[in-house]
Amino acid sequence: MKDLFYYLIFPGFLFTGALGIFASWFDRKITARVQWRKGPPLLQPLYDLIKLLGKELILPANSSLWTFLVFPIVGLAASALASSIIWLAFLFPEKGFVGDVFVVIYLMGLPAISLIVASFASANPLASQGASREIKLLLSYELPFILAALVVLIKAQSIKLGGLIFYQAVNGLGIGSFSGAIAFIVALLCSQAKLGLVPFDMAEAETEIMAGAYIEFSGPLLAVFRLTKFMMLVAAPLFLVGLFLGNVAAGPGAFLLLILKYLAVVLLTVLIRNTNPRLRIDQAMKFFWGPVTLLAAVAVTLALFGK
Amino acid sequence: MNLKLKALTKSIWVFHAACSPCNNCDIEILDVLTPRYDVERFGIQLVGSVRHADVLLVTGVPNRKTAERLKALYAQAAKPCLVVAIGQCAGGGCMFTPSYNYIKPVDEIVPVAAYVPGCPPKPEAIIMGVVKLLKSLGK
Repeated sequence: MKDLFYYLIFPGFLFTGALGIFASWFDRKITARVQWRKGPPLLQPLYDLIKLLGKELILPANSSLWTFLVFPIVGLAASALASSIIWLAFLFPEKGFVGDVFVVIYLMGLPAISLIVASFASANPLASQGASREIKLLLSYELPFILAALVVLIKAQSIKLGGLIFYQAVNGLGIGSFSGAIAFIVALLCSQAKLGLVPFDMAEAETEIMAGAYIEFSGPLLAVFRLTKFMMLVAAPLFLVGLFLGNVAAGPGAFLLLILKYLAVVLLTVLIRNTNPRLRIDQAMKFFWGPVTLLAAVAVTLALFGK
Repeated sequence: MNLKLKALTKSIWVFHAACSPCNNCDIEILDVLTPRYDVERFGIQLVGSVRHADVLLVTGVPNRKTAERLKALYAQAAKPCLVVAIGQCAGGGCMFTPSYNYIKPVDEIVPVAAYVPGCPPKPEAIIMGVVKLLKSLGK
């Protein structure tokens, strides 16, 4: 019963959704300010969601219907679960289970996989193009992302998210050491790709393949995808905070500090998004498998030598 | 005004349906979307897929080729979807009505909710047209 409350209401679905809507507004507002505009009102992402829920749901004639309908919801459920596990590790670091870091990494991969499956099911050539780009992107960023997480795991000698946060509470932030700083840069770039934000948004390149993977989704299903994106905009930066900037969020002050750290990571992500053009998929793969993986390997080596 | 309609008026996603225009109207539409006019303040955004669109912005004279495409585009959009005819050509064919390639005006192909006349209409005129359309939705 209590787990259900955690999952559906407080750190999970409802709270993360609300924070994700706020984070999405924050993203759009900062983007507007960078472009010297005024930007949308605070509730704009919520209006978008409500409007999409009220629109018609079109089922493409040749689509594989069940896959088309079910997989968006799988992605939403996975992102909500991932974010509630991360939040709980901050709130109660002594609880949690051994290996929850890996569970979170896998769960954060699920929204991308569900997008791939659902868009292949929609039987649209441009959607397949977007989905195949998403597969390549997923293959390219997962390796450096896991290596970057490994740096912190080696330092803290723990595979529990709560253990990592405890370690940082005692020994200083994960980003503080040389290897931690390198791993943070690597993980930030990977989370940018995970969120599908601008230098790595080739899967939904709207000027090029017309929203790509999302092309056939309309109305409520598109709203589910948007909500998944909002949730991931909470989960991925928060995971970075947990790995590299963690603090135990027991009291209200510590919780506020956590939110501020989270917003700082989101701000970095938004600034990267606003200062870079979209890469081609081959450039992105070269980037992740070349310099980024190399950097992550250097960070792991340094961590093994205790730097 | 119910919630569904209110959310629709607060978040209009537009899709650019160019029916062989001379591109002047398209450039004016792009001007509306630039930081100078910043229509994202009102939740107006350009989308890539017609499935996501709330408003089709039609420019140009639909001819034998584009008329079918326009009809198909409207059928592919998720309803409620409104059509706004931008410019003199989309409003009624303008000087192209005697042309061999002209068949019928936009509003006989798809239902048009608003007309913005002008050759090309200024960005201010386009914004005014959209505001009038949103006000008429509220009634």
